[in-house]
Amino acid sequence: MAADTFPKLLEERARRFGGRPALREKEFGIWRTRTWADARREIHELARGLAAAGVRRGERVAVIGDNRPELYLSLCAAQCLGAVPVPLYQDAVAAETQFVLDHSGARLVVAEDQEQVDKILEARERCPEVKKIVYTDGRGMRHYGDEILQSYQSLLDAGRAHARAQPDFISREIAQGRGGDAAVLLYTSGTTGEPKGVVLSHENVLVTCQNLVGFDRLNEREEVLAYLPMAWVGDHIFSYGQAYCAGFCVSCPESAATVMHDMREIGPTYFFAPPRIFESLLTTVMIRMEDAGAVKKKMFGFFLGVARRVGADILNRKPVAAGWRFLYALGRWLVYEPLKDAMGFGRVRLAYTAGEAIGPEIFDFYRSLGMNIKQLYGQTEGAVFVTAQPDGEVYPDSVGKPSPQVELRFGDNGEVLYRSPGVFQSYYKNPEATAKTRTEDGWVHTGDAGFLDERGHLHIVDRAADVGKLKDGTLFAPKFIENKLKFFPHIKEAVAFGDRRDFCAALVNIDLEAVGNWAERNNVPYASYQELAARPEVYAMIADSVRTVNRGLAADKQLCNSQIRRFVVLHKELDADDGELTRTRKVRRRHIVEKYAALVDALYGGKKHCFVEVAVTFEDGRVGAVSGDLQIMDAEMCAPQPLAEAA
Amino acid sequence: MRGNEKNEVLLKAENISLSFGGVRALEEVSFDILRGEVRAIIGPNGAGKSSMLNVINGFYRPQKGGITYKNRRRAQMKPHAAAAAGIARTFQNIALFRGMSALDNIMTGRVHKMKRGFLWQALHIGPARREEIANRAFVEGIIDFLEIQAIRRVAVGRLPYGLQKRVELGRALAAEPDLLLLDEPMAGMNLEEKEDMCRFILDVNEQFGTTIALIEHDMGVVMDISDRVVVLDHGKKLADGTPAEVRGDQAVVDAYLGVARG
Repeated sequence: MAADTFPKLLEERARRFGGRPALREKEFGIWRTRTWADARREIHELARGLAAAGVRRGERVAVIGDNRPELYLSLCAAQCLGAVPVPLYQDAVAAETQFVLDHSGARLVVAEDQEQVDKILEARERCPEVKKIVYTDGRGMRHYGDEILQSYQSLLDAGRAHARAQPDFISREIAQGRGGDAAVLLYTSGTTGEPKGVVLSHENVLVTCQNLVGFDRLNEREEVLAYLPMAWVGDHIFSYGQAYCAGFCVSCPESAATVMHDMREIGPTYFFAPPRIFESLLTTVMIRMEDAGAVKKKMFGFFLGVARRVGADILNRKPVAAGWRFLYALGRWLVYEPLKDAMGFGRVRLAYTAGEAIGPEIFDFYRSLGMNIKQLYGQTEGAVFVTAQPDGEVYPDSVGKPSPQVELRFGDNGEVLYRSPGVFQSYYKNPEATAKTRTEDGWVHTGDAGFLDERGHLHIVDRAADVGKLKDGTLFAPKFIENKLKFFPHIKEAVAFGDRRDFCAALVNIDLEAVGNWAERNNVPYASYQELAARPEVYAMIADSVRTVNRGLAADKQLCNSQIRRFVVLHKELDADDGELTRTRKVRRRHIVEKYAALVDALYGGKKHCFVEVAVTFEDGRVGAVSGDLQIMDAEMCAPQPLAEAA
Repeated sequence: MRGNEKNEVLLKAENISLSFGGVRALEEVSFDILRGEVRAIIGPNGAGKSSMLNVINGFYRPQKGGITYKNRRRAQMKPHAAAAAGIARTFQNIALFRGMSALDNIMTGRVHKMKRGFLWQALHIGPARREEIANRAFVEGIIDFLEIQAIRRVAVGRLPYGLQKRVELGRALAAEPDLLLLDEPMAGMNLEEKEDMCRFILDVNEQFGTTIALIEHDMGVVMDISDRVVVLDHGKKLADGTPAEVRGDQAVVDAYLGVARG
């Protein structure tokens, strides 16, 4: 019978891979390894220690700290007893930690070090449920003397004593576990309102992980570096769930500051990172290349050009001319492999990115070097995997096909709904939120709007609440269009209109620095922002960008009709002081519609010019007005086009 | 007072007088350092603080007076003898090997623990190898303690100031000192670096039971982390006592804030 809980799976792993590494940690400069057999022994001792400390079935055990083997072992130890581990964000402030501790009603906390212990002690007054704090690193706590504190080592000792008294306790406890039992309680970081505790069952996590292990053909020889917060569902799936399912080894970095270094030493074969990490690595490489000698720079530039041209095709196993193949092979030897090695990607067989859209040029860069980087779309509520890009079907703008056993459906407003074996049990102690997010028959509302293209790939366009419709019923995703426009360096802001209108129109703000720089180089004279924005050369440049965006939109059947038909380049910068943007530089759409009502009417009224006068607030608080006669341009639209080739 | 119930005196300075030509750096200064305490020497610029430290670890020979260290009195001790006797120090202007890595710099602090000669070490076999491994393990403990794993292999000259100070502290700790002398460990640091350094000083004191004597400018820092404070001014001892006592001492207030003369 296949294991239906993690503790049962652990037995299987220890039997099958007993001598293979399960967890590795760099300590005192040396990598120290625990095999699956070691892990099993320690987990069982820990579980007994926890039982001796009073932890019972169904209770919660909080875990807080950096990625440490002891903490990963604690997760499974709690599960052995039928208790539910609750990983907490290690860098959360005391108030947040207190909320989660209190809400989860954790009885025992496994904390990494003094910093975390201090936080728990501070929160404890409001969390009477916490009866014990176990710490793995006792440094600086010699004089704490609080009875609630216990060292990890003494918990293990208690566990060994327990083993002598009740030898068959553990196997009895493990046998009692069922696949439908809660396996883990993960709190979503909660950008709006209080964090919600997502309850995932053993089955949720196990089935999702097993499906994905099969999907990506992961095996026990993978190497993974655990460096993302343990409280995040991604880490729980990659560094815990999949590690148990595939039996591979998870390595913990020496400290947060050494991650990149440790990565080079370990050479992970399977790697996950949010887009910003790939981005910052690329930037670092480019900056360092600037300092390189002329020969190296030339070589780097040349072979990167070769990679850009044929790298993606070679990765996707498409036919490529022999000459190019030879150059690419040479480049691999001289540039690509050393470069990947320097970034710690020397052995990466598969990398995932998710969380936000990754810039296509960054995505293409890594793929052109021959690194199989793919996008996925997921949520804590669905045990991460909703869609993922299959090998050989990787397009920079989609998030891939539904993962195995995942069904997709779309709401009236384009909202993506999914149903899968990974769908969460409930929000802990919050039935209203559960009912709002998960329908009776198991569909989960993602809150994201998207669509499937004809290749069956999901595209996420916007938050569902922001998505509207043109009069003809076409999906209109303003942020999607605005982001595509803002992707050009000379466009600073863009506002797209179209909800309940005949077509899509846009206001565009030029980027003074980029356009000013361009004007200088091209001898375009200007005296002010307003004058520069009104130059025909600038209009031509923006028209070109709009055409490119339209071409992209034309490629998507659902979005084809929401191409930008008319646009205007604004004579003033949208500014938070004038209430046009929020302080975090997000467009305040409704306010702009009111303020620029005359201009919007002109856009839809077919006029060629429009006189606009708007109030501005100067930095010293005085109020003035900027006026001008703005030219409205018709943009070039594109006919629907076949889909782009795989990247 | 941390870890000192017996009030055992580790070091005693008696009537130390030191002058360079006509300049009198120290005049009849006496105080003691108890085992296990954090002892601060403070005073305005030119008060003679660094001179005092240099007398303690044998850099300077006082014209008058003497030092009793571990119950043995001496007029002067050679710096290497002081090191062998368990006194380690850091410097006001960092004195590290700039081209060497942080790890190698800290390893130099183990020199007097390594018994094998030059030839043995060059061959790197048998006992020399075992010795190096044992010492390296000790140094890795310090690196872990000071949380500088990320810069282990980085040449010290490329590190920011605050980290260099930390490496220097690491090198001093590598000698497993009984008495650790810190010359302005917090000078030139920003607030965060200062807080880190305070933490490390207290942790060293607590974890290894090391007696610490430090010179510091920053009064706030000194008052927070010291058990007892000696105040020097123009080479003379002004006050000696707990931070609270010293803070209330009129002579100290005058020396720091200046006296209104009518």
